[in-house]
Amino acid sequence: MSDDDKGLFQNTRHLVRMAGIFAAGIVAFVGMRMLLVPEGFGRYGHYRAPAIGDNMKKPISYAGRDACAECHADVVEARKASKHVGIGCEACHGALALHTSDPAKSKAVKPKAAQLCPACHEQNVARPKWFKQVNGAEHSGGEACDSCHAPHAPEL
Amino acid sequence: MEETLLAHVQGFMYPNEMELQWSVLIVLYPFITGLVAGAFILASLERVFKVEAVTPTYRLALLTALAFLLVAPLPLQLHLGHPERSIQMYLTPHTQSAMAMFGFVYLWYLMAVLVLEIWLDYRKDIVLAARSSTGLKQKLYKAMSLGIDNISPESLRIDDKVGRFLTIIGIPSAFLLHGYVGFIFGSIKANPWWSTPLMPIVFLFSAIVSGIALVMLMYMVVSWFTRREISMECVDTIGRYLMYAFIIDFTLEMLDLIHRMYEADESFKSLDFMVQTKLFTSQILVQIIFGTLVPIGLLALPQLLKLSEQARKGIYLLAGSLTLIGIFAMRWNVVIGGQLFSKSFLGYTTYKMGFATREGLLPAIILLVLPFAILWVLVKLLPPWQDDTAKA
Repeated sequence: MSDDDKGLFQNTRHLVRMAGIFAAGIVAFVGMRMLLVPEGFGRYGHYRAPAIGDNMKKPISYAGRDACAECHADVVEARKASKHVGIGCEACHGALALHTSDPAKSKAVKPKAAQLCPACHEQNVARPKWFKQVNGAEHSGGEACDSCHAPHAPEL
Repeated sequence: MEETLLAHVQGFMYPNEMELQWSVLIVLYPFITGLVAGAFILASLERVFKVEAVTPTYRLALLTALAFLLVAPLPLQLHLGHPERSIQMYLTPHTQSAMAMFGFVYLWYLMAVLVLEIWLDYRKDIVLAARSSTGLKQKLYKAMSLGIDNISPESLRIDDKVGRFLTIIGIPSAFLLHGYVGFIFGSIKANPWWSTPLMPIVFLFSAIVSGIALVMLMYMVVSWFTRREISMECVDTIGRYLMYAFIIDFTLEMLDLIHRMYEADESFKSLDFMVQTKLFTSQILVQIIFGTLVPIGLLALPQLLKLSEQARKGIYLLAGSLTLIGIFAMRWNVVIGGQLFSKSFLGYTTYKMGFATREGLLPAIILLVLPFAILWVLVKLLPPWQDDTAKA
């Protein structure tokens, strides 16, 4: 090593040391990532892939309308021509997985029309104009909706 | 809860618009980040563009930038809560989130630019301080010198070269830092008050303006406190640069305004009404008249008239203070103003700021005072005076 090289080595030692600190920081960062980033993160997207498995392990509470149709063909038929045809059974009746697996043990709930119907049909300026809306108090004077309308085919 | 919220609403508002989600803390974030970028750009004037007159503020500007940069993420963390989770932003970076990527911009600027540049510039002082001090203080300076005592002229020449290189990288980095803050707002296409490609540029120039004003004020105030002579050549030059930057900033903002007025898209009537009512004080009076036109006018006086030293000092002090208030008002009008109107353009809400709440006035004041406390420590640790110009 020449004197010049020695000088350069001496005069840049502090820079080399600082670079070492930065390198150590980067190594620590990579190490932290290996330790702290959960397994499977990013495999399908910006989340932990095994979270899908975790969620699948949770008990299923909704049965889906096909399961309802197996026994309630009359309701399916009644809804066919109605505007309510697109609404899932469980949207009004609640989660029915328990009921479909053992109808004797768990009964489906019949919702209270006076409370349920206004949730969609009470007059509200934020709703589109074509959507059927009424002022409940004026329209029925507190009378339950299902005394005139059949919920599965509400058109009169 | 909804009853009280509704009391602050005029016209029609969607339910999610009634309460402002971005508080005064989010106003502080671009304000503080802007001060950092501006202070750094002033420092680089001396280093890269060799504006010798501003040399006395060079180190103070760097320390100011560092003190404010250390505080910059705190309003965000206080706003979001769970600061311990912020490390996740680095560990599992979300490349499609502008806000998440800001973490890297921030870290790059803090570590690769500011800390390194300050360290290189102060290395000689640090080594000398380590030699002359004892005990704990010596240990601290020794640690800061990384245990290397060499301050030979050759090693300092190398430091200077590396430092200059860092400043050259630092300027685009500072532009990136604050342009990015503007981008975060400007890229929100759902909000017509924010969504404009001019936003990063407007933010950048207002940042430069606020940073220059802050360093000018700091230099004058610190000089008074430490009984040092104020270099009039220095403050005159800074005052001139402040005026130039301010004129560009104001021109850009007016360009944005004229563009909006002429374009007059579907949001214009609603935004125009907002500026004339809810934002009148903070936008027209505080930001435009007292925060922009008056300081520009004041700064123009020394260019046009022959004024005494005392008068010029007074002008710079007043203009600098008004500038900082004006730029703060600009951040306020962007952040708060952008949440006051309904996206239906049919209604307006009101911002109610708490006092001693998590996002209230008190934490905002503390966060604004904190950088000065950090700066005080930094100045004690790394005195920015390059020569002893103390009067007494």
